[in-house]
Amino acid sequence: MLAAIAFYVLAAIAVISAFAVIAARNPVHSVLFLILTFFTAAGLFVLLGAEFLAMLLVVVYVGAVAVLFLFVVMMLDVDFAELKQGFLSYLPIGAIIALALFAELALVASASMSANGAPIAVAPSGQTEITNAEAIGLVLYTDYLLVFQLAGLVLLVAMIGAIVLTLRHRPGVRKQDISAQVGRKRSEGVELKDIRPGQGLG
Amino acid sequence: MNPSADYVPLINLPVEWEWTLMKTGQVLAIMVLLLISLAFLLLFDRKVWAAVQLRKGPNVVGPFGLLQSFADFFKFVFKEIVIPAGANKTVFILAPLLTFVLAFVGWAVVPWAPDVVIADLNVGILFLFAISSLGVYGIIMGGWASNSKYPFLGGLRSAAQMVSYEVSIGFIIITVLLLVGSLNLTTIVDAQAQGIWMWNGFRIFNFAEFPANILVGVVMFAMLVMFFVSALAETNRPPFDLPEAESELVAGYQVEYSSTPYLLFMIGEYLNIVLMCAMINILFLGGWHLPWGPVESLGLDPFWTSFIAMGVFYVKIWMLFFMFAMVKAIVPRYRYDQLMRLGWKIFLPTSLVAVVAIGYYVTFLAPAASATVAGG
Repeated sequence: MLAAIAFYVLAAIAVISAFAVIAARNPVHSVLFLILTFFTAAGLFVLLGAEFLAMLLVVVYVGAVAVLFLFVVMMLDVDFAELKQGFLSYLPIGAIIALALFAELALVASASMSANGAPIAVAPSGQTEITNAEAIGLVLYTDYLLVFQLAGLVLLVAMIGAIVLTLRHRPGVRKQDISAQVGRKRSEGVELKDIRPGQGLG
Repeated sequence: MNPSADYVPLINLPVEWEWTLMKTGQVLAIMVLLLISLAFLLLFDRKVWAAVQLRKGPNVVGPFGLLQSFADFFKFVFKEIVIPAGANKTVFILAPLLTFVLAFVGWAVVPWAPDVVIADLNVGILFLFAISSLGVYGIIMGGWASNSKYPFLGGLRSAAQMVSYEVSIGFIIITVLLLVGSLNLTTIVDAQAQGIWMWNGFRIFNFAEFPANILVGVVMFAMLVMFFVSALAETNRPPFDLPEAESELVAGYQVEYSSTPYLLFMIGEYLNIVLMCAMINILFLGGWHLPWGPVESLGLDPFWTSFIAMGVFYVKIWMLFFMFAMVKAIVPRYRYDQLMRLGWKIFLPTSLVAVVAIGYYVTFLAPAASATVAGG
């Protein structure tokens, strides 16, 4: 019964906060609600017995991606009330996308139900000693090795692309040379002069 | 979430409710232990700092100033909470609460002794990593909600800093996971049970594996040092306390905070430091095991074994905290660009190479590896 309570509480929070992401007036609040949505989704993963996925969701999306979102949104100085003027005119497009998503989900769910008459178990609960971190590793590094490596390559290309787009070589910029700084000796930096009284350094 | 089968309920309640009550009690016990320890850790921190600077430190409240933290507590609590006029009230109050709560949540998976742990997760180390990566939100939210320049800059600095050092912390954790082969914290500690030569930080003393122990020992000791430095950066401790560098940003994200919200920030920050000490202890220094062997080898009955184990764990945390305090006292603050350089240009490549080296050791050199390679 506790599991059912936990599910309904988490699901309700997830749906409400997902709605609040698009309804909030302040963009920073939107991002904070987005984080709450991620977090409750991670809670749902735990309820399904997929604790490894839950932790990855928190580490990757909440701990890294959403921080960068928040970072960028906080620094924007855009009048979001003005941007949201024509908010409702996007409703048909949004509705179509939502419908397509729902249709896809329904299709996948019904296909997996009809395949063996029961919903596919997310975690092999209780039947084996294997933890689900190991289970994912076993699949990821054997059957799906090529796909996994390709996904890594795509990320690498994206990263190099971002660096190439922003890298500019400007002439005449003074840069510090850390090894030169660290390797500096006292004799190069300090000079002791004996100054005679009344004569100065002249 | 499985109460064991032979468990006899004390009160006549459904077993899962009883279990929930029992866990709540454990959580409260750990919280009280942590808060009381924290009061003395705060004093210890100030005393060490004072001793390095040839001062006496707090010595008025109670004998040797032992009650100073409690006096400070009452001072904080009885002051007025000031919320700036332009502040975003909800987020402003939420930020210190979040920092405070997250600092406690991580302790749920920390094993204090064999079987003395609130939640023995299979992915315990990932949980700790996830929680410590969430700590940035309290700071960044506090900085933004204050609606003022210095807190905002402090919040931004801290966000960039914590995201940078998380990357290398992640890779350092992976080296330990490769060596141990488990994400469970109890398993990680028990893998280091045999003595100081099996502690992940000091594998170089494990001469039974010569010459492989040289490779793994040098790499893992480097990882221990790098984890310690990254932990300093992750918890915004000196010399990496740039979010609150008082010469540049007054007090960073905390400028607008007063009384209890400030206290929550401070407790959260210190608890995160203690949590980092516990993580270093679990990952590299053998957790609750003694330097000459497992704590079970003392031959005491289970209760006293647990008690001694908790004591060993506690003492190790205090020793690590002493190192944090000494670093605060003797190392000058880094510049921001030096901090970023250290994180991205030195720690990240080094830890990546270390992952490869430890992977090579585990696959080809470790005692268990030859069997696996030959077998398949």
